[in-house]
Amino acid sequence: MELLSGGEMIVRTLQEEGVEFIFGYPGGAVLHIYDAIFQHCDIPHVLVRHEQAAIHAADAYARATGRPGLALVTSGPGATNAITGIATAYMDSIPMVVLSGQVQSHLIGGDAFQETDMVGVSRPVVKHSFLVKRTEDIPETIKKAFYIATTGRPGPVVVDLPKDITDPAAKYEFKYPEKVKMRSYNPAHRGHSGQIRKAVNLLLEAKRPVVYCGGGVILGDGAELLTKLAKDLNLPVASSLMGLGGYPGDDRQFLGMLGMHGAYESNTAMHHSDVILAVGVRFDDRTTNTVSKYCPTAKIIHVDIDPTSISKTVTADVPIVGPVSTVLKEMLDQIAEMGATDAQTLDRSGIDNWWEQIDEWRDAHGLWTAARYDTNSNQIKPQQVIETLYKLTGGDAYVCSDVGQHQMFAAQYYRFNKPRHWINSGGLGTMGFGFPAAMGVKLAFPDEQVVCVTGEGSIQMNIQELSTCTQYQLPIKIITLNNRALGMVKQWQDMQYGGRYSQTISYKDALPDFTKLAEAYGHVGIRVEKLEDLETKMKEALSLKDRLVFLDVAVDPAEHVYPMQIAPNGSMRDMWLNKTERT
Amino acid sequence: MRRIIAVLLENEPGALSRVVGLFSQRGYNIESLTVAPTEDATLSRLTLTTIGDDRTIEQITKHLNRLIDVVKLVDLTEGEHIEREIMLIKVKATGAQRAEIKRCTDIFRGQIVDVGPSVYTVQLTGTSDKLDAYLDAVGDASILEVVRSGVSGISRGEKVLGL
Ligand SMILES: Cc1ncc(C[n+]2csc(CCOP(=O)(O)OP(=O)(O)O)c2C)c(N)n1
Ligand SMILES: [Mg+2]
Repeated sequence: MELLSGGEMIVRTLQEEGVEFIFGYPGGAVLHIYDAIFQHCDIPHVLVRHEQAAIHAADAYARATGRPGLALVTSGPGATNAITGIATAYMDSIPMVVLSGQVQSHLIGGDAFQETDMVGVSRPVVKHSFLVKRTEDIPETIKKAFYIATTGRPGPVVVDLPKDITDPAAKYEFKYPEKVKMRSYNPAHRGHSGQIRKAVNLLLEAKRPVVYCGGGVILGDGAELLTKLAKDLNLPVASSLMGLGGYPGDDRQFLGMLGMHGAYESNTAMHHSDVILAVGVRFDDRTTNTVSKYCPTAKIIHVDIDPTSISKTVTADVPIVGPVSTVLKEMLDQIAEMGATDAQTLDRSGIDNWWEQIDEWRDAHGLWTAARYDTNSNQIKPQQVIETLYKLTGGDAYVCSDVGQHQMFAAQYYRFNKPRHWINSGGLGTMGFGFPAAMGVKLAFPDEQVVCVTGEGSIQMNIQELSTCTQYQLPIKIITLNNRALGMVKQWQDMQYGGRYSQTISYKDALPDFTKLAEAYGHVGIRVEKLEDLETKMKEALSLKDRLVFLDVAVDPAEHVYPMQIAPNGSMRDMWLNKTERT
Repeated sequence: MRRIIAVLLENEPGALSRVVGLFSQRGYNIESLTVAPTEDATLSRLTLTTIGDDRTIEQITKHLNRLIDVVKLVDLTEGEHIEREIMLIKVKATGAQRAEIKRCTDIFRGQIVDVGPSVYTVQLTGTSDKLDAYLDAVGDASILEVVRSGVSGISRGEKVLGL
């Protein structure tokens, strides 16, 4: 029989769970745990400079690797600082376990020093949470937390740990459960075969089909199967912001991102389609425009692991609840079977006209086929920065992004060919996500090129992490599309508020010299002001393999993100194509 | 439409707040909510009544099912069921009113469970409609205090909501 303290049990359980990094920050309520880490833990601990960054780093580690992230924070302010990160992970369904310290059990409820009701505060933004009452329950509770976080529709799970149950003096028998079972939690593990057959038939009969790939394809490891299905049936593929990389971005069949800033051909094809195969999506309002006008001629096949996503906003004609990978696999199997008995069923010439139509749209206004911005201005266009990055990295980099125009330009102009390489806060839209996210990815993949595409607004929301990168020598490349404005908000003010820039350019003369700031932390800072320097300086930055480089690029502050769907009351195909031209 | 949803919930701290939180967070309304432990100490049983169109009710049941602490649930209004609510009500009872209240209470098969010089306390059990009807019959002017338990429900026949 092995006797361990609560703190030691936590360390042991994390080891048993195969945790690779603990992203955290110490404090009073977690002192016992940190002491156990000091004495017994061989898992590297990454000390951030703000708890929000710990959560984002753990979150991005999970996004890039597919394995759950782990973060450890203290009670009270440590816990509340973590909330934005937890909410970010929740909105994007990211598997993660957050251990939070809590005041001693007998003090709970008495407004003790650094007491926050973490289970209560986090409740709306977690998949589940636990307040552990007894030391003996620690291993099983943490095991359950990982199980819940990683199965079904993934999400963050909070485990709140009162200080007294981690007391080094109180030792109990340590039993690590091999398995956990929960009578109240049984996520679907396969789709309904009859529904899948209906879906296959609908898809094969369709004259104007589109595959709509969402974040669930990435999370559910369905990219390869989805690609095969689309290839086999010659289907056009559109993607949500979160689905990018689920289908190769440079392939002819890829129509681009859809939604508010989606590609013209993508949104237009969706609007005119007769069958949409929506996989791992939730029809978020940024992807549908006005729901009542959404894709009026389309029958919708909706595959998702979470039944609450189905028919929540857009009614599904063929709902299929199940993991995207097993459902796609079964679709492929059924199609193969049909082809074996009657090859005629797989004749795809019926959609040739559809492809002709799509190619026409593409030639007229395609992101990659038509002129999308002024290439003769004397300023650097933000789109050019991303195109250059794409060119120099061959589409292989991990691109972590913040929130704003730069994020949309990155999503539009970097062609993601692989899943898990586009790391951004889609659901919550959290400024400050990108940089700590890049830390999590770089730790997981030290030999890969990890780039943070950000804005001068967003980067300042977690810029303190420059110090963390010094400590752990994380050679991330930060590329700031510096328009000296909260550009995305300013764009809306341009379009809807008569150009009244309420608090979106007021900081323009108060910005730091980012190159000097980077240097102050021991990093390299490079400033780019002329278009002719862009490629050489970016090349230089990317080639400094062992250094964090802050590439501060002055971009045209007047540039808007287009296409932009027209709201309110617009349909998918109603878009501004540039400042003066609309569909 | 009014629905009665019966839920078996893990008897864990915080479980009830997740159910209530779900309703407030997503803007669903709760008409009434009753909760108590069951014969199995690890489970609580909830009955909640809510009003919504089919689409909303479908979302409510799906979201309830998604809560980790929810073990099972059933929409009782989808089948034959029994619903009961208990009400305690204090009414003014002086002079001729005393006999009038007594008669009315008898008609509704209620009981006068406490008597004061100028008040009666009445206990009444039945469907929510029946309790509403009694309140109407007694009239606002006589009513001093009302406390209702909220609906408890169970399905008719062989059907059982259990593990
Ligand atoms: C934490 C947070 N606060 C506010 C916002 C609202 N918001 C969305 S985009 C944006 C501007 C971002 O500016 P910057 O990072 O410079 O990017 P740009 O749009 O200029 O490329 C703001 C303020 C947000 N998304 N997140
Ligand atoms: Mg900016």
